[in-house]
Amino acid sequence: MSHPLSIRALGELEIVMTRRFDAPRALVFDAWTRPELLKRWLGVRGGWTMPVCEIDLRVGGTYRYVWRHESGAEMGMGGVYREIVAGKRIVATERFDSPWYPGEALITNELEEIAGGTLCSVHMLYETKEARDMVLASPMESGIGEGYAALDKLFESMV
Amino acid sequence: MVAADSLSKTLFALADPTRRAMVARLREGTATVKELAAPFEMSAPSITKHLKVLERAGLIERGREAQWRPCTLRPERLREAAEWIERFRELWEGNFQSLDALLDTLQTQPRKKK
Repeated sequence: MSHPLSIRALGELEIVMTRRFDAPRALVFDAWTRPELLKRWLGVRGGWTMPVCEIDLRVGGTYRYVWRHESGAEMGMGGVYREIVAGKRIVATERFDSPWYPGEALITNELEEIAGGTLCSVHMLYETKEARDMVLASPMESGIGEGYAALDKLFESMV
Repeated sequence: MVAADSLSKTLFALADPTRRAMVARLREGTATVKELAAPFEMSAPSITKHLKVLERAGLIERGREAQWRPCTLRPERLREAAEWIERFRELWEGNFQSLDALLDTLQTQPRKKK
């Protein structure tokens, strides 16, 4: 079953995404860290595949992802692991080959066991407020603009 | 990246609650500075500063007439920003739905030995 995704701003530099999954924590951790699993879900919709997914899961190790569209377009990103607690927590840097926000981000992915599943929290820490705001002006969840009909629907479904 | 630059300005302008409240008010129609300032306990210079940020981001237009300088919302920029954020959300909602499906598969099928 599909659970609602929460996206919010934290302070001036961070975005926090929270999502629940109906699976044990160890399995969710595998899905985030094993290339053969990651290739099956991260960014692989709408004609995109992930031909490159290299993960050296240790502190100081690097990761590298490349996505390719059926039209031939490519998008790559990667970073360095800063902290790893197996099955529980990963901290890594993130930088896109063609940056769409300035600088680098520090991504903390935390998994917490909850009744019947796993709560996944992804903290995205940017170098500047401008970069963060560029990725998401999160208090926009209050419903500004016509693009927000989808959000309203989401909130209704959460009541 | 001109487009991203203007988007960045828009998102920055909207990241502040006072400015968001002003934008919300302007969705109902053109307003004078005095009308926009009414809900806030804020000095006139602070109000002016907020309006300048909104104007620079292309979110509002200010009339030239007299000292009222009525403010009008320019919805194009707002739509652009909303679409961007919507794409971010859609991207991750899509990713996580795929992950749901994968986790389901992994739990119902016996895991293959490698």
